[in-house]
Amino acid sequence: MPETALSSATPDAAASAVLEVRDLSAAYGGPDVLSAVTLGVRTGETVAVLGANTAGKTTLLRAISGLIPKARGHIAFEGLALLGRPAHTIPGLGIGHVPEGRHVFPRMTTLDNLMMGAFFHRGAKDIAERLERVFTLFPRLQERQAQLAGSMSGGEQQMVSIGRALMGKPKLLLLDEPSHGLAPIVVDELHGAIGAINRQGVSVLLVEQNAMLALSVAHRGYVLEAGHVVLSGSSQSLSADPGVRRAYLGV
Amino acid sequence: MLQALIDGILLGGVYGVIATGLSLVFGVLGVVNFAHAEFLMLGMYVAWFAWRWLGLDPLLGSVLSFVIVFAVGYVVQRTLIERVLKAPPAAQVFLTVGLLIAIENAALMVFGSEFRSVSVPYQVQGYRLGDIFIGAPYLYAFAAAVILAAALWLFLERSWTGRAIRAVAQDAMAATLVGVDTKRTYGLAFGLGVALTAFGGAVILPYITVSPTVGGQFVVLMFTVVVLGGLGSVAGALAGGIMVGVVQSMSTLIFPIQLQNLCLFVIFIAVLALRPQGLIKGA
Repeated sequence: MPETALSSATPDAAASAVLEVRDLSAAYGGPDVLSAVTLGVRTGETVAVLGANTAGKTTLLRAISGLIPKARGHIAFEGLALLGRPAHTIPGLGIGHVPEGRHVFPRMTTLDNLMMGAFFHRGAKDIAERLERVFTLFPRLQERQAQLAGSMSGGEQQMVSIGRALMGKPKLLLLDEPSHGLAPIVVDELHGAIGAINRQGVSVLLVEQNAMLALSVAHRGYVLEAGHVVLSGSSQSLSADPGVRRAYLGV
Repeated sequence: MLQALIDGILLGGVYGVIATGLSLVFGVLGVVNFAHAEFLMLGMYVAWFAWRWLGLDPLLGSVLSFVIVFAVGYVVQRTLIERVLKAPPAAQVFLTVGLLIAIENAALMVFGSEFRSVSVPYQVQGYRLGDIFIGAPYLYAFAAAVILAAALWLFLERSWTGRAIRAVAQDAMAATLVGVDTKRTYGLAFGLGVALTAFGGAVILPYITVSPTVGGQFVVLMFTVVVLGGLGSVAGALAGGIMVGVVQSMSTLIFPIQLQNLCLFVIFIAVLALRPQGLIKGA
């Protein structure tokens, strides 16, 4: 049942992979938080990474974004090796990262937060158009554009954080626990938005503790346990897997 | 009384710009730069030499002070301060205090210990409004400070680099994730911070003499301004500057002039004890 992860041995799969992670290990000075993780995202896919709190999900995303200088292994984005690149050059390649805990710029307005998302593309002519697209996705942000992001609700801050990442015109969006700590109705809205973003052609790597939610929007998923990929497969097969159901779906 | 108030505001506007630099450095880098006043001294010397050698009025020379000290600051940050950004505060204090001593003594070696001043045509001129006398050098320095403060505000609010500086100050990780080179931004912010202070030093040259130890006169003043305004707040530092100027000037009505800094000390300690987050909210 577990689907084979993308491997560079099959050129066709590699060509259609927007993200390829092979044998990735990472540590923060102590024992490895990730050990030999291999996974991939194909162009146009939404892929979920499930796992408990300390499974290494956030570390995986941080390593992709270059925030963990000591990560070892291989990460390729559209065939380009990422490890060793300075973190601030990664968004320019087409990777948007919505970090865990939202990390909006609290003393900036919503509008300035969104504009910062286009920082790498400053001077680009289509910034107004991108902004328009973010406002279409999250009409609330248009209403609140003059409000300081730090004074907004958690759900609105999450929208700002996602909108900010979209302003960078990503081909791949990394989402770290977007539903964490939010009311169910807001979570539904956000997951609707993630689906819409994906349908616009943005590939998504979604990290979630809430496995049910994640599998409802993802095509495929990986289960991470203590830094290892222990299971992978389509969303249907994962939701049907007894182990996953017991550990992550609470049934 | 009104005279003292106006004198205080004119002085305080310049103090505001001088302290804004310190506040900016702390707000963005999180480092308390004890060497900050030494960059004021450097700015004054640049303006003095620009006056002596190029015949530039210090008000114009201040632009040169700004540019040169910005470059010095950028290099100092990238080569020295950057190493202690993530270090414990004690390491930062040692570095910036060491820098203070090094710059001051280098200045003593290079410039000598004598006091230098400029002479400009408007030095003793002024404007009379009824009973009030406004000294021209004070007025011009204040005007230059206000213009620079407005330019700084526009830069931080409207330009991409200014927004990036604010972004790094508020959340360095998030700034990285949108493509801001935080190391470069720290360098720019430090350069800008010391350049603002150097500019403030240059525009007061018509009424204050420069010597290698002039920074010492401004250290307490600068920290008082910043403490009043809340460390890290640019708008607060400007308002704090004007408050300090007014207090200084008003206190001379009551106490002998030698004691004008005593009032500052008292306020400094009182604010730290009672309202350590600063008197001015927000910004």
